[in-house]
Amino acid sequence: MQELQVIFSGIAQGCIYGLIALGFVLIYKATETVSFAQGDLMMLGAFCGLGLVSWLGWPYWVGVPSALAAMAITGWMIERVAIRPILGQPAFSVVMLTFGIGYVARGLVTMLPNVGTETHAFPAPYKDTSFDLGGVVLGASQVVVVAATAVLCLLLYLVFSRSRVGIAMQAASQNQLAAYYMGIPVKRLNGLVWALAAAVATVAGLLLAPITFVHANMGFIGLKAFPAAVVGGFTSLPGAIVGGVIIGVVEALAGFYLPEGFKDVAAYIVVLIMLALKPNGLFGENLRKKV
Amino acid sequence: MRFIFKTEYDQDVRLAKHGGHVFWYGLLGLFLVCAPWLLDEYWLAQLTFVLIYSVVGLGLMLLAGFTGLFSIGHAAFLGVGAYTEAVLAAQGWPFPLSLAMAAGLSAAVGAVVGLPALRVKGVYLGIATLAFGFIVEEGLARWESVTGGNAGKHVVPVKMFGWEASNESSFYAVCLVVTVLATLAVLNLLRSPTGRAFVAIRDSEISAQSMGIHLARYKTLSFMISAALAGMGGALYAHKLQFISPDQFNILQSIDLLLMVVIGGLGSIHGAFLGAIFLITMPQLISLGKDVLPAAIGQAPGLQGVVYGLVLIAFVMFEPMGLYGRWLKIRTWFQLFPFYRKGMFKRQKSFQKSDRLK
Repeated sequence: MQELQVIFSGIAQGCIYGLIALGFVLIYKATETVSFAQGDLMMLGAFCGLGLVSWLGWPYWVGVPSALAAMAITGWMIERVAIRPILGQPAFSVVMLTFGIGYVARGLVTMLPNVGTETHAFPAPYKDTSFDLGGVVLGASQVVVVAATAVLCLLLYLVFSRSRVGIAMQAASQNQLAAYYMGIPVKRLNGLVWALAAAVATVAGLLLAPITFVHANMGFIGLKAFPAAVVGGFTSLPGAIVGGVIIGVVEALAGFYLPEGFKDVAAYIVVLIMLALKPNGLFGENLRKKV
Repeated sequence: MRFIFKTEYDQDVRLAKHGGHVFWYGLLGLFLVCAPWLLDEYWLAQLTFVLIYSVVGLGLMLLAGFTGLFSIGHAAFLGVGAYTEAVLAAQGWPFPLSLAMAAGLSAAVGAVVGLPALRVKGVYLGIATLAFGFIVEEGLARWESVTGGNAGKHVVPVKMFGWEASNESSFYAVCLVVTVLATLAVLNLLRSPTGRAFVAIRDSEISAQSMGIHLARYKTLSFMISAALAGMGGALYAHKLQFISPDQFNILQSIDLLLMVVIGGLGSIHGAFLGAIFLITMPQLISLGKDVLPAAIGQAPGLQGVVYGLVLIAFVMFEPMGLYGRWLKIRTWFQLFPFYRKGMFKRQKSFQKSDRLK
């Protein structure tokens, strides 16, 4: 029974990793760049939700969508102001740029007087409820994480497979130049992808907030989402979630069975093994240029 | 304007290209040698830090700027070097030997990290090095019998053959010698076939391979040399701080190192030094600015992060060649005066090359 409990909390944690990884994958697929600011966007999103719900006193169900919208606009602005001007430069420039964005986001939040350096509890309506399933106690916040992740995946799947915009994004992610020739507004789509990635990061932040606390350094959890994205194959949306769950469960089991210290590095050991054995990940496309 | 009229082949590979180089680097050398008498204790310590970070920066520059491989876990090599030096120095090894051991052990670790570089590249390599950095940091924290764990470890002063670097200026001298030797070694490496191979790999792996460059060997070699330099820097760093703990070698340190080479200017030796100067002087400038700014901004704890981030963003967006690139532009402006044109250093836009298609 205890194992089940451990595995379930691993899955819940893994869903968070997966959601952040989803942001990486969205951005990587669309623009071929890696955003190291994803964890910090998550932190910003959590603070945004916290500000609206607990300080301005908005109802939860108004505050959360507003936070999502605000963060989507932030993501779009980041793309417009910082990323778009250096489109076409080496991928590493963009990586450094996102490091910079992460620094600025973390610094700005820390600079907020009386707020930035504290940790805050996030008042979610479901926070203290829990379910008892034959000996396994499931915290509602963990169940919500898993459920919300599943819903979000379904939504993203529908957007990408059914809507015009989603199909245009797929086209742009496969070949920007060809998509551009076909009349797809690639630049505008990139902005949209960043907005989407920021919104997904906010969802992750708001889901994580009731489990841990909201503080300026919570974005560092984003670094654990990289292994998740790699395990899933950096280019696959469902892969990101599966990778996240794998990392989460491995981590939880390592914390349960192995000596102290292994929990923190389990994700990285998994990713190194993965890179050595199957660099394209579980669901990655294996494309080869034909000469 | 200066025209270099080449009359012999040696001029192509000479380190000092013309009299100006000899004069200015001579002057710089003279200043560095006389620094203990010119500067007070505090500034000498800062200069020592600049030299130490330069050694590490040289290593990372070789890897990132000249071979095109990016490591987001370089602090791990710094840590391996620092702990090796701390342990060996405590056992009474003479400094040159323990420094060589620190470099050698780091290089060995670098070779291991270089292995994924043979299969993966770009983002994946970054993540592999990131993962590796975390594992080493955790290892340093957990291997308590050797490293002292999170409680940290004291480092004894530099000792060799009956001489001890007991004060600031003698340790400065040690750092200066190591830095000069490392710089000369890297400069020489870059004019050798090996260095040319590195640059070829950076510019295009496919063309390098078709010219007969063994990619696996040269990438691993680049990782090893880079790690060895980082290890040497780490050894000096340990002696300088006299106290090391695993959290000095975490991801933030790795990002700082990357920030250093990017701001200094990727692909130039000068860049490593300019970046090191930036990294050391920036906190001082920020603390100077704190007094000028209103208290709500100046005294806030996150100010340094914001400034670092903004500077980094500004450099990537407006000056991708870094501080050294800016200096090149200024120099060219003076050399060509009044014929400098705005577009001379304009970057060419290129369509994105996909990593996904190999």
